[in-house]
Amino acid sequence: MPHDHHDHLSPSGHPYRQDNDAPLTYFQRMEIAVRELLIEKGHLTQAEIATQIDRMDARSPANGAAVVARAWTDPDFKARLMENAGDATRDMGFDIGPLHLVAVENTADTHNMIVCTLCSCYPRNLLGLPPDWYKTRAYRSRAVREPRAVLREFGLDLPETTRIRVHDSTADMRYIVLPARPVDTDGMDEAALAKLVTRDSMIGTGLPLAPENT
Amino acid sequence: MTDTPEHRWHDMGGQSAGPIPMEGHDFALWEKRVDALMVLCGAKGLFTVDGLRRALEDMGEDAFEKYSYYDRWIAATNQNLIEAGVYSLEELGQRMEDIAKRGATYGEAQA
Repeated sequence: MPHDHHDHLSPSGHPYRQDNDAPLTYFQRMEIAVRELLIEKGHLTQAEIATQIDRMDARSPANGAAVVARAWTDPDFKARLMENAGDATRDMGFDIGPLHLVAVENTADTHNMIVCTLCSCYPRNLLGLPPDWYKTRAYRSRAVREPRAVLREFGLDLPETTRIRVHDSTADMRYIVLPARPVDTDGMDEAALAKLVTRDSMIGTGLPLAPENT
Repeated sequence: MTDTPEHRWHDMGGQSAGPIPMEGHDFALWEKRVDALMVLCGAKGLFTVDGLRRALEDMGEDAFEKYSYYDRWIAATNQNLIEAGVYSLEELGQRMEDIAKRGATYGEAQA
């Protein structure tokens, strides 16, 4: 169905999605049917579904950025994060449910990246839903085979001397990369630092922004 | 890749593949609802994440290539709910037929 705005980008930088006035698909009908049957049989309510959507919408990379910035500025918190990232994140007040989260730290000689080769496991309860590319065959297949080539596609050309560690997530254990704090940020407070932390820097397919780029 | 004794089709790590497709999209309401149904049904113990994954993996590689992410997730959610006896296949089919008669778009097809 042609729409005249297909060539433009939404404020989020993504193409506009199809409107809800596009022709009803088979799986959309299935979603409506499943939802109605679950409600009629007393397993769920409309309010629970709406609340869960709000809860998921409220999760975003900004939550992870706050965690990273805290780790950059508070050595005790960083120690707790490396010990048990799920508990440290819950202690900060983030609603991440039962997520078992493991933080992996980038250092001067090691760069970490995360993938789920088997499906699409991602620290969604902290960072929100994963980007589409994270779920693609190309990323899942190649991240563990040729991570340097994959990183170059993201604009990240790491020196051969940097060791790259690729972490394969599972439904029961998910990773977040703790990127290295950028140079020339000594005077910055936690809130300013958090603005440097991008989604991709916590997946490992990017680095934090330099302070002059914010 | 098809299934082998060592790797089923979904076990993609290490295969060769083309460039990473970088385009993304904003999630539609129906996709967010699928996500919510999956999370809530899991939390209420109607199925497990392993049950969902089994259904997704058994759909096979053709489904992976042919259908969107949330197409596959609602199909897996539905299969687990039918297996759990939450409703029957007949109830689902009848309801989907009824929904088709309500209107031509997702918005019009809401009860």
